[in-house]
Amino acid sequence: MSVQIRPTAAATSSSRLAVADCDIHPAVRAETDLDPWLSQRWRDHRTTFNAGRRIGMQAGPAYPKSQPNASRRDAQPPEGGRQGSSLSFMQIQHLDPNNVKLGILNPLGSGQGMSNPDLSAAICHATNEWQLAEWTGKDRRLKASVVVPYEDAAASAAEIRLWAGHPDFVQVLVLSRTAEPLGNRRYWPIYEAAAEANLPVAVHAFGYGGSPITSTGWPSHYIEEMTGHAQSSQAGLTSLVIEGVFERFPDLRMIMVEAGFAWAPSLMWRLDKAWKTLRAETPHLKLSPSEYIRRQVWWTTQPMEEPDPREHLLDTIGWIGWDRLLFATDYPHWDFDDPAHVLPLKISEAQRQQFLIGNAQAVYGMVA
Amino acid sequence: MSRHVVAPTSEIAPGERKLFTVKGRPVAIFNLGGQYYGMLNRCPHQGGSLCEGIVTGLLQSSMPGEYIYSREGEIVRCPWHGWEFDIRTGQSYCDPEKIRSKSYAVTAEHGADLVEGPFVAETIPVRIEEDYIVVEM
Repeated sequence: MSVQIRPTAAATSSSRLAVADCDIHPAVRAETDLDPWLSQRWRDHRTTFNAGRRIGMQAGPAYPKSQPNASRRDAQPPEGGRQGSSLSFMQIQHLDPNNVKLGILNPLGSGQGMSNPDLSAAICHATNEWQLAEWTGKDRRLKASVVVPYEDAAASAAEIRLWAGHPDFVQVLVLSRTAEPLGNRRYWPIYEAAAEANLPVAVHAFGYGGSPITSTGWPSHYIEEMTGHAQSSQAGLTSLVIEGVFERFPDLRMIMVEAGFAWAPSLMWRLDKAWKTLRAETPHLKLSPSEYIRRQVWWTTQPMEEPDPREHLLDTIGWIGWDRLLFATDYPHWDFDDPAHVLPLKISEAQRQQFLIGNAQAVYGMVA
Repeated sequence: MSRHVVAPTSEIAPGERKLFTVKGRPVAIFNLGGQYYGMLNRCPHQGGSLCEGIVTGLLQSSMPGEYIYSREGEIVRCPWHGWEFDIRTGQSYCDPEKIRSKSYAVTAEHGADLVEGPFVAETIPVRIEEDYIVVEM
């Protein structure tokens, strides 16, 4: 089977509203792309032992994806290499035609969650250097995440402090399925360092904590994992609130990435109801759970819920707040949201502008 | 409505597909065993390029644990979100009542017949001994 594509005129950026894409996944062409920033000690280690994660007996993600490398089938760079590994193709296929003015890089599979804590720290650090050299240094629209070996909070805090103040790093990246719930005190040094550096912490769906990916065990299908990100991210956010992370670090900003957002209102309603009756159990919470969440949490939009009728989405966004959602495409992944199609709704230009770029500029401290 | 000669039939072998621009619109043309089918190359969901999706069969189930695989090569899956469409009719499988991809009538015609028109063949030289793919739009 062969496919022949004739070039067609792409939409020009001037025909589209400017957007901030808060979830772009750059990829290495090969593991060896990170070699310039890895010592011989770790290059040898990788060749000899490779990297284990806290999920036994397997390589790759817990659930096989429906598309190669979980990517759009039209995102393979013409020069070869995996989807997301070519800056020039990302520019041609995504950044230019979709008029992306600000693109936040979230490198996945980049050392986070590896069992060997020192290897994890070394690869995370190399990934941060690689983002500067290969991406943000070559395209000023792109900004990097400080990728941290989050199971080792002290090493993570050191990595955050290393990059604090660097203009190309705009957030700290952790994954949602950690070894302990996200609010556990073992992770607090990460939140402390991020707040001190004035960097939001993005919690991207996935991870290798070792627990079953739902709270009742291992499901049989990929679709259950896709949907289950809403559950695991709710568990993580609940833990952050209840353990007192937002009370202890009132300036900390958290961004929930790629886990949906329509669950947020019901989680806040439920937390608030329980907190009123059980207040004495967690007296360290001075505000209601929803007050902490509304003060300190944002959500990226992709993959957008698609209710029928679509207008229900407007109600949901209204309950969360039009100022809390950050548009994201997830490029080059297969569940990509196209900025021209995600909001087929009757909304004001001001709301559309907030949703597509304004909120992101505010959270990341960018001048509009 | 006019008829457009887009290519000699030899340009698309059975089982293959190719993207053309007809009246400014991107049209994916599929060859299913010598029959040609045209589809607007924009998925009705979010606009993915259907020409770049995988062509597959139809997997159905009468009850959990039972599977019926049929119509191999007659279903295209959007390269972005995997929505499935019947190449012959454009019907979707996620919501067949409401959602379909836009189809265009495509035929194979003898060059000798085309010379008599009325056809639009701006860039294709037509020779009487060849066959051509014609899109109605």
